[in-house]
Amino acid sequence: MGTFWRTHGADRKLVRDVAAIAAASAVIGVSFGAIASAAGVPAWAIVTMSLAVFAGGAQFMAVGMIAVGSPVAAIAGGLLLNARHLPFGLSIADVFRGEGRLRRLAGVHLMVDESVAFSLAQADPRRREAAYWLTGASLFVAWNTGTVLGVLLGAAVGDPMRYGLDAAFPAALIALLLPRLREPIGLRVGLLGAAVAVAATFVLPPGLPVLLALVALVAAWRAPVRARRSAS
Amino acid sequence: MSTTVLVIVIAALAVGTYGLRLAGVVLVDRLRLSEPVARLLPLAAVALLAALAATAALTEGGDFVGVARPVGVLAGVVAAWRRAPFVAVVLIAAATAALLRLLGVP
Repeated sequence: MGTFWRTHGADRKLVRDVAAIAAASAVIGVSFGAIASAAGVPAWAIVTMSLAVFAGGAQFMAVGMIAVGSPVAAIAGGLLLNARHLPFGLSIADVFRGEGRLRRLAGVHLMVDESVAFSLAQADPRRREAAYWLTGASLFVAWNTGTVLGVLLGAAVGDPMRYGLDAAFPAALIALLLPRLREPIGLRVGLLGAAVAVAATFVLPPGLPVLLALVALVAAWRAPVRARRSAS
Repeated sequence: MSTTVLVIVIAALAVGTYGLRLAGVVLVDRLRLSEPVARLLPLAAVALLAALAATAALTEGGDFVGVARPVGVLAGVVAAWRRAPFVAVVLIAAATAALLRLLGVP
């Protein structure tokens, strides 16, 4: 019983936390719908993009490139920005272990920064899986509802920067990373990755700096060796 | 932009992104990674998410962003570090940045 209530209580906390990030995502979805409309992209294309691509950063970039008439740049830039999903999949693949084929094929579509971060913040494997699905599904609904609203409301929508939502996203990511950053290896990898990416932002196109952060794994590479040596 | 080109752009982005999402998950099963490498994989997500958070907090369009956003993020991170609830972290970060902008801080 104790475990049941503890699990139940923790799950309510998870639902509340996910709701907060989903609400923020919905507002950004509204602004995506409005900005894409203002750029002259037809409503069907905007809504389809949010459903089928489901990646905010890449969608904003693609709409910007479409607006200036560069379809090739829209595809290349968007996919470069989304390339981080490949290493994401590598690192959270255990979430899909034991899932049926169909659920797995549907589940990978819900892979976004937030579902990966929420999953990573959980200590227990079963909770990691629950957090991934809950966050992914909530964000999918929020993002697409927001997009439709934005298309309907159009220019009446203000800039989300005004509400400080651009500050909420990084703060939320760091808050979710904190359990990992409290461990020495996690902190080293996180700080080095962040430093490499920020430095690279000034010289490389969007998408590449974040990928380059993977070199930070060298900071962790020696750790297991050292641990094994001290154990022997 | 013609409808055909628009369809091609959206289809390429959708198929490409889905492929990237699926590739990592499928690769793990195929690769049969050694134990130390497998233990590194969750850290890959830590590196990527930390990089994403840092670049989103500090930069915009390949240059440093103004003051309001980084200060808002910092306020949220301090709250999180002091074990404030997640909802409070999100609200504190957003409210700090919004308030600073209201006061004319870029």
